[in-house]
Amino acid sequence: MSTVFGVPVQALLGQLLVGLINGSFYALLSLGLAIIFGLLQVVNFAHGAFYTLGAFAAWFLLTLAGVGYLGALVLAPLAVGLVGALVERTMLKRLGGMDPIYGLLLTFGLALMIQGLLQNQYGSSGQPYEMPAWLSGGYALGFMFLPRYRAWVVGFSVVVCGATWFVIERTRLGATLRAATENPALVQAFGINVPRLVTLTYGVGVALAALAGVLAAPIYRVSPLMGADLIIVVFAVVVIGGMGSILGSILTGFALGLIEGLTKVYYPEASSTVIFAVMALVLLVKPSGLFGRTA
Amino acid sequence: MRRPPRWVPVVGMVAVLGLAPLTGVYPVFLMKALCFALFACAFNLLLGYAGLLSFGHALFFGAAGYATAHAAKVWGWPPEGAVLFGTGVAAGYGLAVGALAIRRQGIYFAMVTLALAQMAYFYYLKAPFTGGEDGIQAVPRGQLFGVVDLEAMLPLYYTVLAVFLGGYLLIQRVVHSPFGQVLQAVRENEPRAVSLGYEPDHYKLLAFVLSAALAGLAGGMKALVFQLASLTDVHWHTSGAVILMTLLGGLGTLLGPVVGAFLVVALEHSLAQLGSWVLVAEGTLFVLCVLTFRRGLVGELGRLFRRPG
Repeated sequence: MSTVFGVPVQALLGQLLVGLINGSFYALLSLGLAIIFGLLQVVNFAHGAFYTLGAFAAWFLLTLAGVGYLGALVLAPLAVGLVGALVERTMLKRLGGMDPIYGLLLTFGLALMIQGLLQNQYGSSGQPYEMPAWLSGGYALGFMFLPRYRAWVVGFSVVVCGATWFVIERTRLGATLRAATENPALVQAFGINVPRLVTLTYGVGVALAALAGVLAAPIYRVSPLMGADLIIVVFAVVVIGGMGSILGSILTGFALGLIEGLTKVYYPEASSTVIFAVMALVLLVKPSGLFGRTA
Repeated sequence: MRRPPRWVPVVGMVAVLGLAPLTGVYPVFLMKALCFALFACAFNLLLGYAGLLSFGHALFFGAAGYATAHAAKVWGWPPEGAVLFGTGVAAGYGLAVGALAIRRQGIYFAMVTLALAQMAYFYYLKAPFTGGEDGIQAVPRGQLFGVVDLEAMLPLYYTVLAVFLGGYLLIQRVVHSPFGQVLQAVRENEPRAVSLGYEPDHYKLLAFVLSAALAGLAGGMKALVFQLASLTDVHWHTSGAVILMTLLGGLGTLLGPVVGAFLVVALEHSLAQLGSWVLVAEGTLFVLCVLTFRRGLVGELGRLFRRPG
């Protein structure tokens, strides 16, 4: 069997695939963070909690209502997005124009509340979520075995990220959105309801996090803690990418997932810290981040 | 109404805290609250006066705990040496993290400190000397300066109280020194401070190291009091708790973090049996503080007293 730097090709490709999957989650989450930050100037610490809520929503739909995976893929982000819109309307709205630190602290409090409530109800160990039958199994590619669900996750998130990029960068709605991030008062003067746009944006960003949660549910256990540590890694991804552009967060997310996968093959001890190490390195060389526009 | 002189709250604290263990309040609770109070004061020096939100302060608190516990237990150092060693380790970490983090501002600063602290958390989880999930247990308290037996409850309590007061007075001195004034000027308007000829980054870094060292002093004391250094103290939840203490008591007030620390420790103490309701309660407090009283308890009270008429 052939090897690359002493590692069998199969093991290498397997870990790269795992890295690509983690990268899908990083990309979806940092994309949502970037959208929210762009218009609201809020670093949404509750993003990890909304990701968890998305996974739980899928689990609720299955166990309480018998709604399967495909239904959850639509309904869970919708429901969690509505919760997000409500949060924006009732709380975040009141912080407009203040130091962004307060938005961070408020959403941190929300994250604690959501995590605590779920932990009280379901403990910390989590629930399994059955993989849909039509996505189980896999393809034998000759050089490696490709589980069908994993291929689906990567493909699906590439499509979602691409579509989000297209809407923001290439459509009229996206142009309005970008204009509103530059100069809300002017856009308001053109007769566009900016507060509604803001609520919608927060809801969509949160829905993206919930969508990532639904995708994650069949791979990991649906646990109250699943978003808590992930969000810190995503913050590191955001610092590396610079949160300056939509494309930047997508590319950085996937790339860092791959780097993490490679580390797992060649130096497993460092796999949980490699992203933070990359962050430290990027800060030394280019403090504004790889795709960042301002410091 | 005129502001009371600076020594009034200090004398009040000495009187209340000096007599507290004699009134039957559980001394271990008081000592825990004092350690967290010093930790919160150190954190507040950074956020309240320099405007830097560190989301990774548990790193300095917890790392000093590990260093102190290791020095006291494995190397057999006396308590004062072990705690000083822990403080030094925290200051070293502070220099490294601070030098990296001040390259970004505002919320990015917060994210960088959080990420670096999480990196350290993984290190302490895996490192051979930390005992993993069990932590370093049965840390000997020893004899302070070879004279005072810290195994006895009251001498231990008054030692912790003395360390806390020392740290508090140092922070008070720093805040009112020219250095502290420059820090506040940088917080208010960094470009103006630059145009006045100051180098904001030097001031920020020095404040960061000082705050990390004092957080470490608090963490080292806590390791001696509980005879334990564990992962809880380096976890991001502890970083969140210290932010809550400061916010709840009053950002940028000297007394606020002390009040906040006692409240949060009491809250955690009373909800300890109820599992994750602690998280829910802390989260709710965060939301309430940010939405309704951003000055915190001490800050809002101070505003009431200073209102004219």
